[in-house]
Amino acid sequence: MVTVTSPMKAESRNLNFFYNGGHQALKNISMPLYEKKITALIGPSGCGKSTFLRCFNRMHDLYPGNKYDGQIVMHPDNTNVLANGVDPIEVRMRISMVFQKPNPFPKSIYENVAYGLRVRGERNKRIVDDKVEEALKGAAIWNEVKDRLHDLAFNLSGGQQQRLCIARALATDPEIMLFDEPTSALDPIATANIEELMSELRNKLTILVVTHNMQQAARISDYTAYMYLGELIEYGDTDRIFTNPTRKETEDYITGKFG
Amino acid sequence: MNKQASTLSNLDEVRAMIKRHKMNDAIFSGVGLVCIMLVLLTLLALFIDLIIDGYPKLLSYEFFSSFPSRRASQAGLLSALVGSALVMIITFLSAVPMGVAAAIYLEEYAPKNWFTEVIEINVTNLAAVPSIIYGLLALGLFIYILDFGTSILTAGLTLGLLILPVVIVATREAIRGIPVAIREAAYAVGATKWQVVSQHVVRYATGGILTGVIIGMARAIGETAPVITIGALTFIAFLPPSPITTTPPFLNFDWLWSGFTVLPIQMFSWLSRPSPEFHVNAAAAGAIIIIVTLLMNGVAIKMRYNIRKKIKWQ
Repeated sequence: MVTVTSPMKAESRNLNFFYNGGHQALKNISMPLYEKKITALIGPSGCGKSTFLRCFNRMHDLYPGNKYDGQIVMHPDNTNVLANGVDPIEVRMRISMVFQKPNPFPKSIYENVAYGLRVRGERNKRIVDDKVEEALKGAAIWNEVKDRLHDLAFNLSGGQQQRLCIARALATDPEIMLFDEPTSALDPIATANIEELMSELRNKLTILVVTHNMQQAARISDYTAYMYLGELIEYGDTDRIFTNPTRKETEDYITGKFG
Repeated sequence: MNKQASTLSNLDEVRAMIKRHKMNDAIFSGVGLVCIMLVLLTLLALFIDLIIDGYPKLLSYEFFSSFPSRRASQAGLLSALVGSALVMIITFLSAVPMGVAAAIYLEEYAPKNWFTEVIEINVTNLAAVPSIIYGLLALGLFIYILDFGTSILTAGLTLGLLILPVVIVATREAIRGIPVAIREAAYAVGATKWQVVSQHVVRYATGGILTGVIIGMARAIGETAPVITIGALTFIAFLPPSPITTTPPFLNFDWLWSGFTVLPIQMFSWLSRPSPEFHVNAAAAGAIIIIVTLLMNGVAIKMRYNIRKKIKWQ
């Protein structure tokens, strides 16, 4: 095992989350995200892994009545992104997200990637051009779209659309990128492309990915967390979790006896 | 052997049963077709009748370029056409910004509580209020309190109020049709609510909003009762002052205060004359109203089709 310990980029501390109506979806979750590593969240449907992921960029704030309790602290500045005084928009400018189904805007490929910069008020065309190119290259889709940047994004295939969404999330230089089951709507070849891309992105930023495909977690992640019924059952090195889990529940899940 | 025979006879039974059940499909399609035909053919017959009655006028240029007259042969639609067009401009300018803004507020900004729920229910109810009630409201508000007189402005604002609920309901429907995934995508890159609303939601909902606006306008152009209530003229032999002038500042708003008549009122006035020659004019005016309404609905359908083709949600 050659896991070089890297600094912590973020950590959740005793995080509880309640949906509107009082249902507690997360129970006392404490877990680190290491810098420039991929952390995978696995667990059966409804275990709270997507809910946990969406706490990081305060997506739950979009719907009334949801309540956080606990902290998600970002390093090195020690900002608690869940604190009342922290604007969710500021958090989303530092932590970007890629969704389960590709969700490009009905705009051109270029405008999709440029949107994050536009939101930040960037007007200089040269800077936007450069950033868009850089992001599309970073998302390994530049060669396929460079001649049709002003085509509608909907004309791309599903896998290309998902890479475009990654480029959109990348264009604003986020510190952390959240992936919510990014390949569940894609075919095997597109899935392989996205997985390869995620491994490359690890050189630039910290990744938290939700997946219900255990092989995927084993292939791409450095750390894995197994969640069940809103609780964090086990967290550790991916290699260890998949070869030598300490908890019986984890073993049952990864060997397919359960879930 | 025995078993196989019984399976076969079962199969016959199953086929007979499917046939029986399918009878219902056939019966329903028949009844549905008759219902649709009754409605369509009645309307079509009415339209064709109007055209046949009014065709000598529909084909003459003078009918469109003359003012009303005591002589049926010289009477024309000009003042009603211009009046309807100017009233529609005011209706559009008053109902669309207000309706769209109200719908956006209700859908995106308003907290969901009993108060906004009461407002929502009432907006939908407003669409069902008889149009003459709007006429009475306008008479009290615009004419007696605000002293706008029986003017194009009063008529435009009255019809604007009348179609406001239509615009609000259509806009809300269109806004609701924008997938959650697209909103979340915009929020996730750090957009504010206003950026999401103005740069995404309203833009993608434009097709639906325009459809609602045009359908509302098509209703307004045929409305008679509220315009009569506010006292529109039935015989008017002049045009309102032109909105565009040749001397600076080139725009003139005197037309807002001008007396006017509109197409349905002109038609009504001709219809109430005893002389059958005027009834030809009325039929022609009726045909024009139907054609304008159908054209507006056609434009709405075409727009919706074009935008749906461009923006297809996965």
